[in-house]
Amino acid sequence: MPTDVENWKSEVYGNEIREHLFEFAERGFDSIPDDERDAWFERFKWWGLYHQRNGQEGYFMMRIGTPNGVLEPGQLRVVGEIADEYARGPGTNPIFGDAYADFTTRQSIQLHWIELSDVPAIFEKLETNGLSTQQACGDSWRNVVGNPVAGKDGREVIDAWPVIRDLNETFKGNDDHANLPRKWKVSVTGSADGSGQGDINDLAFEPAYKAVDGNGSGSGEGGGSGEDAVGFNVRVGGGLARNEPRFARDIDVWVPPERVSDVAGGLSALFRDHGDREDRYNARIKFLVDEWGPERVRETLQADYVDFELETAGRDVREEYTYNAGEGERNDLVGVHDQKDGRNFVGLNVLVGRMGAADVLELADLAAEYGSGEVRLSQRQNVVVTDVPDEKLDDFLESDLLEHYSPSPSPFMRGSVACTGTEFCSLSIVETKNRQVRFARWLKENAELPDGVEEFHVHLSGCTASCAQPQIADVSLRGMKTRKDGEPVEALDVGLGGGLGEEPGFARWVTQRVPADEVPGAIANLLERFADEREEGESFRAFVARHDDEELDAFVDPEETDYEDPMLHNTKRTWYPYAENDALDDAPPVPADD
Amino acid sequence: MTTSLRVLDDGAWISVDDHREVRVSELWRLDAPGFCGCDMADLVVENFQEVGVDGARVETRVHGQCIACGETGVTDWLPVGRVRGGEFVEYDRSCVRRTRRE
Ligand code: HEM
Ligand code: SF4
Ligand SMILES: [Zn+2]
Repeated sequence: MPTDVENWKSEVYGNEIREHLFEFAERGFDSIPDDERDAWFERFKWWGLYHQRNGQEGYFMMRIGTPNGVLEPGQLRVVGEIADEYARGPGTNPIFGDAYADFTTRQSIQLHWIELSDVPAIFEKLETNGLSTQQACGDSWRNVVGNPVAGKDGREVIDAWPVIRDLNETFKGNDDHANLPRKWKVSVTGSADGSGQGDINDLAFEPAYKAVDGNGSGSGEGGGSGEDAVGFNVRVGGGLARNEPRFARDIDVWVPPERVSDVAGGLSALFRDHGDREDRYNARIKFLVDEWGPERVRETLQADYVDFELETAGRDVREEYTYNAGEGERNDLVGVHDQKDGRNFVGLNVLVGRMGAADVLELADLAAEYGSGEVRLSQRQNVVVTDVPDEKLDDFLESDLLEHYSPSPSPFMRGSVACTGTEFCSLSIVETKNRQVRFARWLKENAELPDGVEEFHVHLSGCTASCAQPQIADVSLRGMKTRKDGEPVEALDVGLGGGLGEEPGFARWVTQRVPADEVPGAIANLLERFADEREEGESFRAFVARHDDEELDAFVDPEETDYEDPMLHNTKRTWYPYAENDALDDAPPVPADD
Repeated sequence: MTTSLRVLDDGAWISVDDHREVRVSELWRLDAPGFCGCDMADLVVENFQEVGVDGARVETRVHGQCIACGETGVTDWLPVGRVRGGEFVEYDRSCVRRTRRE
């Protein structure tokens, strides 16, 4: 039997949702018929709107999809203005205040407390400035990700930006690909650093060389002039959600850049036709790849979904991958780096990805003054200011704003990633963003990394959906519950030693249900053991790899310290965890239309 | 009046008549000998698998973990509340829930 969601999608889905959305916006939130709320909230996701959690009735999270995280000159200012004007609600965050933007792990932007009645005006402002929320959520092509500095990066093998732009233009609003069984996440990376994180996407294109004859449409190895063409190898079926993490699997296909769109469209159509629409838990393509194996995916793609002969995989550059790899340099894009054209890109650390509207506007001004006005977003929730010439670099680095968004932060600040959590998300089990800020600040003061270890990644996700990508961090934290002194408290499961790179590996969940207030102590104790027992020059990931789960569990050693956690109680039973009167019964009314 | 029951948000909520009513991440005390070896399981509710109705009683099967012994799995049908005069009333969260015995 098809699921409720499939039934709703077969009635109204895709572009046509917009008309209804605007009509509801016009007539007010209460005009959504009571018995159609579940259906409409599901559909609104396709246009980037997610109803916030219980107690925040009538308020939405809005996701703006910025392909590859690229904000053209002027666009960041537009985001800042929209956040300032519309992203305000009845709750004020004690760390971030009102009106902020979240930069996400898939190079998108999220705003909160958006009212339905403001949606048409916001869409108009976004769209006249080349931005969109289309398909930012929902069952279709999500924001295409990659190395955010595509086209500029000194470590680039091939410029993926024109390819990503083409995919974006082809598949956003494309009715043939608008209603898939589940979300469809694509990564296209052209640099040799792995910063597109293709391995954890449904579909990944990663740089590879191939000896082909003629202009790239030839038929395989050995046949041609021997000149290596640069294109992409294809992997399918990665994803982290639901306690079933998978890395994308190699389907032995190489494509030249001009055919990425055909292969991507073929695979998305294959998923559309063969994905599981009976069971949403089993719907992602990672499960189809489990069932079929990569060979059958390739055969079906070749037989039914493309009309040219597929090449076999080319020679990849995975051994050079460093991003989120837990070893070597350039685990992220923070700091000053060379561009191909001699200018610089400067990665700035945005702690847990959240930036107040005033700072967003100031950053937009700085980017215009010192760079080209362009700003890009990374998958570690950070921002990158591009095109800064050498002669302006020092002045830029001395800007006041960079004291808060540093190009050379403490490793604990730099390594922090956190999802949305109970503040707004209906799936979450625990408070996340503010907690990770408190953790990072405490660790900065109280914990130490051994000599020579410059980076240490701690990712906190509020539930198994894994939006903060916990399984690919040095320390993975995931929301749980436990009892402490008989009372239910927010707790975290602790995983260790995950990372991407040439040979990606998921964190192993070694310690379960640590009360949240004992987690910083646990990490500090763990780091002490690491320092004591580390072999010469050993990375944390390698250290974890040579110990078994039991040994690691003993290293974690949860402990109360002077760290205080004001959110140990069940933040889910509040309407807003930080409100003075936080009980669900004190929830604000649905916002009045104005 | 018929009651519309469904599991939403990847198993995070039970929706009754288009309102999210029962949430995951609570601790429930269970008398559920089939689930684990404990006399009284202390279950972290992680995911609702199915929701159904038995007369006026709303029931669910949940995936979760007993924090007393560590066992994880899916429970039998457990009561979560009842529909009275068209209104859903959730059972007190501190009560002991007993799996349905045929
Ligand atoms: C207000 C509610 C929610 C918020 C604020 C939220 C936030 C986020 C954010 C920031 C990301 C990073 C990726 C991106 O930009 O696309 C993300 C990814 C993700 N979200 Fe959510 N989310 C919400 C609800 C949900 C729901 C309801 C589900 C499941 C039905 C879900 C499942 C996921 C998964 C599975 C990922 C990525 C992990 C992967 O790559 O497999 N989220 N979400
Ligand atoms: S990981 Fe879970 S809690 Fe965090 S934003 Fe994603 S769905 Fe929400
Ligand atoms: Zn038990």
